[in-house]
Amino acid sequence: MTYSSLIRGLIWILSVVSIWSCSEKSATPPKLLDGEQLSYNFHIRPILSDKCFACHGPDANKREANLRLDTEEGAFAALKESPGKFALVAGKPLNSEVYHRITSADPSLIMPPPESNLSLTETEVQLITRWIEQGAKYEPHWAFTRVEKPKVPSIDWGTNEIDRFVAAKIKSKGLEPNPEASSFELIKRASLDLTGLPPSLELLEKYAGFKGANTYDKLLDQLLNSPAYGEKMAILWLDISRYSDSYGYQDDNIRSQWPYRDWVIHAFNKNLPYDQFLTWQLAGDLLPNPTKEQILATAFNRNHKYTEEGGIIEEEYRVEYVLDKTNTFSKGILGITMECAQCHDHKYDPVSQKEYYQLYAFFNNSQEKGFEGDVSVSKPAKTPILWVEQDDLEGVLSFINHPDTSKLSISVMGELEEKRTTYILNRGAYDAPTLPVEASTPTSILSFSPSFEKNRLGLAKWTTHRDNPLTARVFVNLIWQEIFGRGIVKSAGDFGMQGDLPTHPELLNWLAADFMEHDWNMKGLLKTILLSATYRQSASISSTHLEIDPDNFYLARAPRLRLPAENIQDLVLASSGLLVGEIGGPSVKPYQPSGLWEAATSGRGVLANYQQDTGNKLYRRGIYNFIKLTVPPPKAIIFDSSNRDRCEITRNRTNTPLQALAMMNDPMVLEAARVLATRLGEKFKQSDQAINEAFKRIVCRELKTEEKELLQNYYETELKHFQTNPKDAAAILDVGEYPIHPRAITPQNAALMQVIVSLYNLEETITKS
Amino acid sequence: MDKEFLEQGLNHNRRKFLSRLSLGVGSVALGSLLIPDLFSGKKEAEESLMRALPHFAPKAKRIIYLFQNGAPSQLETFDYKPQLIKSFGQELPESIRMGQRLTGMTAGQDSFPLVGSYFDFNQYGESRAWISSLFPHISSVVDDLCIIKSMHTEAINHDPALTFFQTGAQVGNRPSMGSWLSYGLGSENENLPAFCVLLSRGKGNGQGVYSKLWSSGFLDARHQGVQFSSSEDPVLYLSDAEGVDKNQRRRMLDQLAAMNELSYQEFNDPQITTKVQQYEMAFRMQTAVPEITDVSKEPDAVVKLYGPDCLVPGTYAANCLLARKLSENGVRFVQLYHQGWDTHDNLPNQMIGQAKDVDQASAALITDLKQRGLLDETLVIWGGEFGRTNYCQGKIAPENYGRDHHPRAFSIFMAGGGVKSGMVYGETDDFGYNIQENPVHVHDFQATVMHLMGIDHEKLIYKHLGRRYRLTYVHGKVVSDLIA
Repeated sequence: MTYSSLIRGLIWILSVVSIWSCSEKSATPPKLLDGEQLSYNFHIRPILSDKCFACHGPDANKREANLRLDTEEGAFAALKESPGKFALVAGKPLNSEVYHRITSADPSLIMPPPESNLSLTETEVQLITRWIEQGAKYEPHWAFTRVEKPKVPSIDWGTNEIDRFVAAKIKSKGLEPNPEASSFELIKRASLDLTGLPPSLELLEKYAGFKGANTYDKLLDQLLNSPAYGEKMAILWLDISRYSDSYGYQDDNIRSQWPYRDWVIHAFNKNLPYDQFLTWQLAGDLLPNPTKEQILATAFNRNHKYTEEGGIIEEEYRVEYVLDKTNTFSKGILGITMECAQCHDHKYDPVSQKEYYQLYAFFNNSQEKGFEGDVSVSKPAKTPILWVEQDDLEGVLSFINHPDTSKLSISVMGELEEKRTTYILNRGAYDAPTLPVEASTPTSILSFSPSFEKNRLGLAKWTTHRDNPLTARVFVNLIWQEIFGRGIVKSAGDFGMQGDLPTHPELLNWLAADFMEHDWNMKGLLKTILLSATYRQSASISSTHLEIDPDNFYLARAPRLRLPAENIQDLVLASSGLLVGEIGGPSVKPYQPSGLWEAATSGRGVLANYQQDTGNKLYRRGIYNFIKLTVPPPKAIIFDSSNRDRCEITRNRTNTPLQALAMMNDPMVLEAARVLATRLGEKFKQSDQAINEAFKRIVCRELKTEEKELLQNYYETELKHFQTNPKDAAAILDVGEYPIHPRAITPQNAALMQVIVSLYNLEETITKS
Repeated sequence: MDKEFLEQGLNHNRRKFLSRLSLGVGSVALGSLLIPDLFSGKKEAEESLMRALPHFAPKAKRIIYLFQNGAPSQLETFDYKPQLIKSFGQELPESIRMGQRLTGMTAGQDSFPLVGSYFDFNQYGESRAWISSLFPHISSVVDDLCIIKSMHTEAINHDPALTFFQTGAQVGNRPSMGSWLSYGLGSENENLPAFCVLLSRGKGNGQGVYSKLWSSGFLDARHQGVQFSSSEDPVLYLSDAEGVDKNQRRRMLDQLAAMNELSYQEFNDPQITTKVQQYEMAFRMQTAVPEITDVSKEPDAVVKLYGPDCLVPGTYAANCLLARKLSENGVRFVQLYHQGWDTHDNLPNQMIGQAKDVDQASAALITDLKQRGLLDETLVIWGGEFGRTNYCQGKIAPENYGRDHHPRAFSIFMAGGGVKSGMVYGETDDFGYNIQENPVHVHDFQATVMHLMGIDHEKLIYKHLGRRYRLTYVHGKVVSDLIA
């Protein structure tokens, strides 16, 4: 095989890749130079948190020997069980019990104890020892300190501040930034990042070489102003807000939350500032004289699963729903996974069980019920409901793409008149309430000012306050993850003690501060990132990169990233000309292998059978595919989408044989290839011209000579095959519902179709590079 | 071809200690997966590998889990309670119920009348285990079974209870048992997924299944259960389109490889090479999977053993036969779900139908594996997500009654794979309501299954968003009494 030598030469690289793609690997801690000061936040806390805090941390009930190492007071206090001894003595390892215990050879003394299945490496022991030598200084957790705008390093590279921070890191690692990518590469990259669509031929032509008035800057403006921008960005938010089209649980009947999805697209397109974007979703109903749009936004807190199983215990599920809201808020917006504190004080982060239920109290005052009847009486929305009528659709809710004149109902938020008392739930059990608590927020993050209302509106004010250390950091990091494939903090959903450290802490602070200074302007943030030279680098990988920074933590090159499932569909449909660019509306049911819903259904509800749509609905963007929670769209799952069961903020990016099968045999891909082939067959006399255009539409650049030859040869081989076997030609062209003219059933078109299928299957096609 | 590449890779890398551990092809991928720094040459990585899997000699290599979805009643299967027949219509004593919560379906009942099994029970085999007359075939293999009558769980509704059994947590989005085993032990057959899922449904009251039950959660998607379908495409998108033959497919793959190579020359991105390999694997699956799923060439004796339904795709019997074939070919974990056991009313009739669906084929699978010498290394598990109440739901008559959900005590059985055979473990009280002896919690069951596969359930962990996760959360004890 022609490529075997290639593969053989690369096997060791491949090993590195498989590691990268399937393991939780964080940035290696910075190496210390002699005499360099250790930092608690960057060197020590990650070790203590991971290996010690479970027994000597925030959880008061599980604290061993009454020793607490996560706070300075606790760590320096005299040991309660060993009078006269101290866990830590600044500057004196030999007087510090910690040192003796982590270096002990006695299994009954060594820390962490063997039964914990944890151990310290030699390096970790050395780091802790040196930290004690240097005074064992504690620092507040970096992510819980106020965002201050740092000084920008004075390095002469790049176009904006981002580059100064990145270049400083790149240089310190002995790397050089890559040169700028070609204009076609940049057009494709920016187009995919901002609209989720490949650039059209017109766009490629217009900005080729970025000549005259058609600058890169203008390209970004054009893309940011395209309505497709909102559709691209919404996917991220729909993962966070666990949007779906069904209720989940066993009978999994239909619901109508899609107007919320239309709102998210609309909000991104009109560039609603992020602080308002959050406020409306958290507390739109509590704003003074709220508009129906602001109330619609609160569907954010109603998108989770609802059971319609007969005989459930109502309170058990009502509590479950409040828990989901609390966990989604903390993970998706604050970037802290708090669900452990549901049952006990958090093991790693300074969040007590009491504080968890104080946060929970904000969401516990909703009018909703734990159960409104089983599937036989199922309705598309549950109390409290926002009713949308024709007037609204012509007015403030005109962005909702409602196909008929029926009234729409959406599950939204609404407060009880009389406040429900919230109790701490022992071990998180709905039927084990203990002490009553008032609504409040974890003080270690930011104390809840008495000037804030003790309701969701107050929570929104706390969340979007300039002093909140997390909200802006978490969001700019999410956007960074969207663009570069990995956040500056890799664990985008965990900025707590156990989370990954930022690779570029100063840059993260700068971005967060700048974002807030610019009134939480989301388009502005994206434009700043895309204008940077860091973003504009070529994606080609050198041996130096692989040696020094195989994972591209330091960004001396642009990343190469496989597209998300929705955008793969978009690319196929857009490049073939089949895409129906309509925005919003009820979700659609495109081609899907038969029997999937039927095999898994309880037989009840209207979603027991999959009723595929026809016509235009077959050619909508991936974001509109109907999501039935118990059987999500198969290609979405094959290509690592969230199953929307819970709030998710980072998708995997795997590379599997099932993906290869889907790209080769999915009728959607085959139909797109067939339609494009017949169109190009009609347009061009010469096959090479047709191949040329197909390539440019799909891969978004000009063909190289070798590629041209390969594709032409492949075409000729296939043509010969279909000329000898015209029945095969007719068979492969017979795919999909899009009409075909009998005169288009030719061996030429069949051969061209095969060429196009092969183009859709190229690694480069579905990769942003 | 792959093997050649891997060997090449090993020369480059850590041939010495890999060969010392004599890891196979699958294990190499596995090693890198479990131990992020495996190929980076760090000392710690080597140490991690030395501690790696299996943690000790496994008793079982593969699992076939026959999940009876909807919760079959223990009182009409394996837990014989003559007392309930004697007490027909009498109130469930509060001394027995002891405040147990009830589902909303019966919580409002004025009365909780006891009802015994409509079906007779007899003792079978050397173990003299009691089995109801609904299961003549299973009774005939009783001495191969390890029946546990003292299972208990925490959930009282189907979705959370199923999710709990499969993932160790009620909340969803955690890796399924099969995913954990795929992650821990890899695949024995590089042309097949390590974790396969087969669905069927009886005529009884169904409760649906959910793809999250075979989700890989936060583990890599390669560990996700691959659902096999009874339609013409056993695996999604497996078949080439009409008009595309094998040669054509091969030509396209060669074309793709050549084009991708040019792309590689430009970007040097190792992912491009991985992509080419995934296409090759897909190509091999296109041959391997249809060969296995084709039951038309099975000898008459096999068809007779499983019953004629085994030739009807999508039936429980066909899935049992397919499970044997997949397992025989190295699939680590085959998960079946058979729906229809949710007998809130009309229980005797529904049970007759459900038992008819599963009795012969379940027993046949055990016999078949035994005849092939595979039962010793294959663990077969049969059971639902919880049990059913000893009192009647709705109208009561000796020949027509219903039973509500009961998490406090229920029965399952296991066979082969290193469990004791001819054993009955655990005991409930005379009312079949509370466990009296040797309780086995779902986490204990999971810990035991992992143990049989050579895994210490406390050590197979994955760190995600700052927390270490394992199948058994922070609980679970291996039930060593069950292990041969």
